[in-house]
Amino acid sequence: MVEMINITKRFPGILANDRVSFSVKAGEIHALLGENGAGKSTLMSILTGLYRPDEGEIRIQGNPVDLQSPRDAVAHGIGMVHQHFKLVKPFTVAENIILGLKGIKEVYNLKSIDESVAQLSREYGLHIQPDSPIWQLSVGEQQRAEIVKILFRGAEILILDEPTAVLTPQEAKDLYKTLRKMADLGKAIIVISHKLSEVLAHTDAITVLRGGRSVGTVRTKETSEMELTRMMVGRPVMLETVKNPVNRSSKVLELHNLSALGNRGQFALKEINLDIYGGEIVGIAGVAGNGQRELAEVVAGLRAIERGQKKVDGNDLTLASPKQMIQAGVSYVPEDRLGTGLVPNLNAMENYLLKGVQKMPSGFINWKQVAQETAEVIKKYDIKVPNPKNPVKMLSGGNLQKLLLGREISGKPRLIVTMYPMRGLDVGAMETIRSLLLQERDRGAAVLLISEELEELFALSDRLAVLHGGEVMGVVDPHKTTFEDVGLMMAGKRMAAHG
Amino acid sequence: MEQSIWLALLSTGVVAGTPILFAALGEILTERAGILNLGVEGMMLVGAVTGFMVTMSTHNQWMGLLMAIVAGGLMALIHAFLSITLRANQVVSGLALTIFGTGLSGFLGKDLIGVPLTDTFKPIPIAGLSEIPWIGDILFKHDALVYISYGLIFILWFFLYRTKTGLELRAVGENPAAADAAGINVFAIRYACVIAGGMLAGAAGAYLSLAYAPSWLENMTAGRGWIAVALVIFGTWNPLRAFLGSFFFGTIDVMGFTMQTIGIQIPSFFLKMLPYIFTIAVLIVVTRETKTRRVASPEALSIPYNREER
Repeated sequence: MVEMINITKRFPGILANDRVSFSVKAGEIHALLGENGAGKSTLMSILTGLYRPDEGEIRIQGNPVDLQSPRDAVAHGIGMVHQHFKLVKPFTVAENIILGLKGIKEVYNLKSIDESVAQLSREYGLHIQPDSPIWQLSVGEQQRAEIVKILFRGAEILILDEPTAVLTPQEAKDLYKTLRKMADLGKAIIVISHKLSEVLAHTDAITVLRGGRSVGTVRTKETSEMELTRMMVGRPVMLETVKNPVNRSSKVLELHNLSALGNRGQFALKEINLDIYGGEIVGIAGVAGNGQRELAEVVAGLRAIERGQKKVDGNDLTLASPKQMIQAGVSYVPEDRLGTGLVPNLNAMENYLLKGVQKMPSGFINWKQVAQETAEVIKKYDIKVPNPKNPVKMLSGGNLQKLLLGREISGKPRLIVTMYPMRGLDVGAMETIRSLLLQERDRGAAVLLISEELEELFALSDRLAVLHGGEVMGVVDPHKTTFEDVGLMMAGKRMAAHG
Repeated sequence: MEQSIWLALLSTGVVAGTPILFAALGEILTERAGILNLGVEGMMLVGAVTGFMVTMSTHNQWMGLLMAIVAGGLMALIHAFLSITLRANQVVSGLALTIFGTGLSGFLGKDLIGVPLTDTFKPIPIAGLSEIPWIGDILFKHDALVYISYGLIFILWFFLYRTKTGLELRAVGENPAAADAAGINVFAIRYACVIAGGMLAGAAGAYLSLAYAPSWLENMTAGRGWIAVALVIFGTWNPLRAFLGSFFFGTIDVMGFTMQTIGIQIPSFFLKMLPYIFTIAVLIVVTRETKTRRVASPEALSIPYNREER
């Protein structure tokens, strides 16, 4: 159905796609696998008309096409579900679907549109209420709205960018069931992913990209996890993390019946009870938006506690300010490195200094000392900083994270709170961050690790707490539990604690 | 108190609220597309002086109104260029527009102060409707522009909530990236709304100098543009609620005169403060309300849209 032949795309200084060929048949679910920066997004942006290839040809149903804009791509039956949904939140599902659609009358009849949307969603088994506003829907439902939107525009080729990143394992399974149904009805489905297990379980064919080149296309039935990893990374990788046995010391963080409000004034955390000991990593699993951010902010002192109690090393710090939390040895590595974590327009030295500025007793900055300390961190963690005087926004995600974590660790914290520390990093940087977190644990620090990646949580955590709707569904031992059990808890099922 | 005094108060309240209503409807349109224009006061003043000058020389108040609308639109074009094309800070640009408009109107109108105007908009009672007790007296014994403002409320409401273009416009104000991805021209819609909003502000100014108090005085808007901006929030970006708000503020505005005519002794300075005190009070109440309800401001309000920064 779609053929992309010898596609080359250059950006200033980067060869994003180097003679990549890729083809998908009707009725097939085809995965595009690769690490960050492998060129998956560029290739799909070319197919959706966002970028134009420098060389190469695209054929749809055998005919060469010239896709000059996203509109052209839509006209050729290509539709994409982006990782960040393009939905207008106060609008209903149907209103979002007709937005920008040709052939809608100026004074439209929303009722009849509702009906045709409902009919289409029934046809593909996508359960959705056309008249419910987007902001009331769960992430999974919003994703269905996006898919219906694309189908409504007559898409024959559907591209989904990391579609399961925001779903529970059960929701992900349902999604693939729907995708299979659509493939059976003759659609071509392309899934961009970096999750091996999922791709192996649900697709028909897999094309692996690495460094902008196509490594090859394999039939899913004929391949294995080992082979795919080797194709993705270019060398065999230790998938297992080597971990020393846990050596718990005293309680560092205690949360008792703690409740806090979210940004919209509702309770985002309800009666949380959680203790974290020195020398252990406690993972927090859950679908994004179930209280993880609020939990991290509460612990860091950035969000007020409505009810309950928070203690660090036995001291009641329920009402403590962020500064007092830092003084108590709590270190926060937030979700957005380049916003809450670091100041984009300041350089590495200045960013390094931000946390330590109180240590300058005279009130004047000793730049020599700062430069020296920053240089030490940069060297120790192998951070690639071309010039410590350039704004840090020019650094890559992995280097930013190493700089941020390096700064936090340099203060020898009692507790490290970290949110999605591995998100968007390549395998090398991920290995570094993992080993840094384990080193801190072995040094005796308590680590609160919030993540969406179950593999990561199972590999690193000594105990695993699952959040759903702002409540702890249970605390389990990752060595004695399964992905499925944790998945059920992420969807709201309570489990007896055994860990 | 006598019934006739109440009727007079409410009836003049409608008239006094009309310029605020025009300006607020314009600002609703602007903000629904995601642009905050704090230049309403300046655009109104330029509209007022333009309307007055043109009416003086042409002896046709409709021509004056038309040119006031054009002048308001041109003023808004400055803001549109700064905030949409150059992606400047909208607060700063809007404030600059107000200061510029105040100065410009003062300069243009310096020879017009105290000049009487004969060609003005005069009340035309609507046959039939004006006979209805109370309602007829309050709503249907005014000049043509008041009736036009009634019509505009419903037209704007229908446009925003019942038409495809209105849907696209609201999408641009809520999530320009999604609108852009759906093939909607974000820049064109924003330009159109900012300019149309300025045109309505120009009309609001012309109402002051051609109907409400037919004359030119420096700074004759006296903060009504700011009240209109506050009213948009009070009206939760909905034209129907904006009417209630403008009627309310108009009534408070004229209450001072009414109280003096019935002999209540309140210092006039205090009475002049009333509308602004109410503005502050309303903002406090409404802001607390919008925090908990889902009728918050358009999500992309005052955020410049840059396609490359998605």
